[in-house]
Amino acid sequence: MTAVIEVEGVTKVYHMGETKVHALRGVDLTVAEGEMISIMGPSGSGKSTLMAILGCLDTPTSGRYRLDGQDVSRLSDRQLATIRGQQIGFVFQTFNLLPRTTALENVELPLLYTGTSKRRQRAQAALEDVGLGDRAQHQPNELSGGERQRVAIARALVNEPSIILADEPTGNLDSKTGDEVLEILETLHRERGLTLVIVTHDPLVVKRVERVVHLLDGRVVEEDKL
Amino acid sequence: MILWTNLRIALRALTANKLRSLLTMLGVIIGVAAVVALVSLGQGAQAQVTNRIEGIGANLIMVMPGRMEEQGAMRASGTAQTLTLSDAQAVGGLSGVTDVAPIYQASGQIIASGRNVNVPIYGTTPEYLEVYNLSVELGRFLTPAEVNREARVVVLGSQTAEDLVGGLNPLGERVRIKGALFEVVGVLEERGGGGAMGSEDERGFIPITTAYRILGGRTSSSGEYLVTSISASAASSDDVAVTMDRITALLRQRHELDPEEDEDDFMIMSQQEILGAAQEITGVLTLFLGAIAAISLLVGGIGIMNIMLVSVTERTREIGIRKAVGARREHILVQFLIEALMQTLLGGGIGIALAAAIVAVIGRSGILTAQVEPRSVALGLGFSAAVGLFFGIYPAWRAAAQDPIEALRYE
Repeated sequence: MTAVIEVEGVTKVYHMGETKVHALRGVDLTVAEGEMISIMGPSGSGKSTLMAILGCLDTPTSGRYRLDGQDVSRLSDRQLATIRGQQIGFVFQTFNLLPRTTALENVELPLLYTGTSKRRQRAQAALEDVGLGDRAQHQPNELSGGERQRVAIARALVNEPSIILADEPTGNLDSKTGDEVLEILETLHRERGLTLVIVTHDPLVVKRVERVVHLLDGRVVEEDKL
Repeated sequence: MILWTNLRIALRALTANKLRSLLTMLGVIIGVAAVVALVSLGQGAQAQVTNRIEGIGANLIMVMPGRMEEQGAMRASGTAQTLTLSDAQAVGGLSGVTDVAPIYQASGQIIASGRNVNVPIYGTTPEYLEVYNLSVELGRFLTPAEVNREARVVVLGSQTAEDLVGGLNPLGERVRIKGALFEVVGVLEERGGGGAMGSEDERGFIPITTAYRILGGRTSSSGEYLVTSISASAASSDDVAVTMDRITALLRQRHELDPEEDEDDFMIMSQQEILGAAQEITGVLTLFLGAIAAISLLVGGIGIMNIMLVSVTERTREIGIRKAVGARREHILVQFLIEALMQTLLGGGIGIALAAAIVAVIGRSGILTAQVEPRSVALGLGFSAAVGLFFGIYPAWRAAAQDPIEALRYE
């Protein structure tokens, strides 16, 4: 199995005024294609920083990050934006859908920036993949929490990314709805071989993934194969 | 990214806060309306002045006694007694001069059965009609024979006729001027407006010889009849300058002025010069008014910038989402710039419509007829776009420069 994510000795240092904050102190992590893993750790362990780097929203201070074989640890803002648009799908705890914008247009969003053709059809297809084909013209405030998260998943899928990064995807949902959302993610993973990285505290998530990576104080402390 | 999508996004952002968008646009609306309306009215005024002056004849040359003083002040022309009737006759003999009309002017009262009007009485010759490009509405103008025999006949300006006899036909009417009885033989067509010397509509014309007798013509030291002014027309507008030089040379010679030392004892000007001066004045006025109006547009632009900055802050999370799914800086920049442009162009469009309404209302009131020309529309839209770009670029740049991680965390 080829590795989609290869992280070697990644550190991240933030400057908060005079003090340096070592958010990551040398993280090594490999995620194979088609794997479904979860990253856990207490707050302050560096989860968010690692997610930002994995999602190409930020670059490491040192170390190397290869995404799908391409070294992305030294790319410019502009190049990172292109990578995000083409290879990464995000699912957030708070859904992060655009208000006053229909589900279909929300899903279409990544396609706008990559200049893909047949945007409508592809967005509609992605919505159908998450079982919301009939909700295409609804705006986020007309959808339930679970439905909003499914729209967000469709948006993450629509560009056929290499990986989907989910940050506490069930955090704002009750356990039943959360489970439904996880079911959809797991189905997509199983049927399409999607690579999934989920940052979470939720034991329901941990139950479903193949591997759990524990972070503490900016280091990987433990990996559980399940 | 496709323009159409950006336009839809901008439209959605504007309609999401309708009242705010409207209030923001109001600054631009008022600014553009003021600029376009004032420029249009200024151009209307210029066209009107030009029309009136040109109506008198672009070939017209006027000679008046007196001279320009050191500081450019004109000595009251009545006090200088340098131009005579024979000067006028001599000017008429010059080549390049097609017609010449001496004018002896006095103010006087014209009295007709119970009514009276105070108007300038012009003693002149039949040529006046051609020189000033006038037409007769009723009857006829003065004839050479009437000038020769000092006939007691008068031709009235249209307004004077109206004031004297109301709507009635004044031909054959007997009127009194300085106690003498005159017969009305003609009424001029309405000319409207002013020209340099006031309107022909409010005048009475009598033969110059009659004027000297009735109004008491003054004579120069050599016993010649003095004139108030001499009006001449050049053969064509191209000849005006040359003809003016000839008239100047002739009059200097006749007045025995020293070529080296003496200044002209008369003033000569052409209708073209007056036209040019008038156009310059109205042009400067238009520019000045437009510039003042442009200040309000500037204030409107600052309002746009203010609201755009608020909007960028409010929509930080949206910017974060867009960046997370692959939007590059320029995508965000263009999106917000288009939003600013849409506001200013929409405001500009409404402003132009408002200006057209203002101009129409003023036109209907009869003060000034003007229209919003395509040039003014282009000016208004150009200004709007410039304001949108200028005041939109900074907020848009701020939006584009947002860090995606920070933006996504923004509450």
